[in-house]
Amino acid sequence: MSTTVRATVCIDGATRALHDGCTLAELLSELGHEPQAIAVAVNGEFVPRALRLTHLLHDGDQVVCFKAIVGG
Amino acid sequence: MNSSQDFVLADVPLQSRFLLGTAGYPSPQVLHDAIVASGAQVVTLGLRRQLAGGGGDNGFVDIVKASGARLLPNTAGCRSAREAVTLAHMARELLGTHWIKLEVVGDEHTLQPDPWELTEAAGQLVKDGFEVFPYCTDDLVSAQRLVDVGCRILMPWGAPIGSGQGLLNPWALRTLRSRLPHVTLIVDAGIGVPSHAAQAMELGFDAVLLNSAVAHAADPVGMASAFRFAIEAGRRGHLAGLLAAQDMAVASTPVAGRPFEL
Repeated sequence: MSTTVRATVCIDGATRALHDGCTLAELLSELGHEPQAIAVAVNGEFVPRALRLTHLLHDGDQVVCFKAIVGG
Repeated sequence: MNSSQDFVLADVPLQSRFLLGTAGYPSPQVLHDAIVASGAQVVTLGLRRQLAGGGGDNGFVDIVKASGARLLPNTAGCRSAREAVTLAHMARELLGTHWIKLEVVGDEHTLQPDPWELTEAAGQLVKDGFEVFPYCTDDLVSAQRLVDVGCRILMPWGAPIGSGQGLLNPWALRTLRSRLPHVTLIVDAGIGVPSHAAQAMELGFDAVLLNSAVAHAADPVGMASAFRFAIEAGRRGHLAGLLAAQDMAVASTPVAGRPFEL
C-alpha cells in the first residue's frame, strides 16, 4: 500500500508527492525556503511558524507562501 | 521649534508626520534616498503570494528594512475581512510588528474600502493584539464604528488610491477632525502634489501617508523632500491659526480713506 499523499503547492502550481506524515516544515525545507523569509497558509488558514513542525499535510492541501514586498 | 515633536503614533513618539509608501520606485537606491529625504520614520510594505518562478525583488525590501524606519505592512489585495485578518497575522510573523495598515477593498473601480468588512476585520485584529491603521473613507459614521471596535488611528482617503486628485471632500475631512478630536487621523491616498499634503495638515490632520506622488515623480528624491517641507509647513500653519475665509475684501493696509481726498 502506498504511503504517499499529495499536496498542491501553490508556489509553482505543481502537485508534489509527499511521504506519509510529511509536515509543513519538511515541505518548506524541500522547497528551499528560509523559514524566516515566508509566512504560510494551508487551505487559507495561517499556520504560525511555531506550528510548522507539527502541522501534518494531507492529500489535496493547498499550501501558499507569502513574502514581503514593497507596498503603499 | 520643530512642530512635529508632539506627534505620538500608537504610543511611539515620532519626529516626522510623513508616512511613506515604498512601491513603484525606479531603483532600490532611489527608494533609499527618497526615504532619507522624506525624513519618514514609518514606511509601508505589502505581502504577496509566492509566484511560480518568481525571482527576487532586486533588494527593495532589504533597503526598506535597513532604513531604520518602523514598518507598517498592509493588507493590500484583500476583499474580505477573513482574508485581511489572515494576511495581517502573516505580516505580524513575517515582519515582527503588530502594526497593520488594514485595507479591505469593496469596489474594483475606485478601490473604495468596504466599510462593513473593514470594521469586522478591525474588531477582530484589535482583539488579536494588533494596532490597526484602517484605510477608510471619509464617512463619519463608518469612521466612528471603527473607533467603537478599538481603532485609535484612522486613515481616511483624500481621493482614490493613486489618483492624485487631492482632497476631494475637505468638508468631510474637516468634520472627521472636529468629531473625532482624540483619534489620530492620517490622510492616506489620493495625494498628488505637496500642496495637497499641506492642506491636509492645515485641516488639523496628524500626518499624511502617500506613495505614488513621490515614487512616480521625475525626481522622487526631490519630491520626497518637497512633501517633507509641505507637511511641516501645513502643520505649522495649523498650529499658528489660519485666517478664516470670508466673502468680502478686508483691507490690510491701515490707510485713512483715499490718499488725496481730505
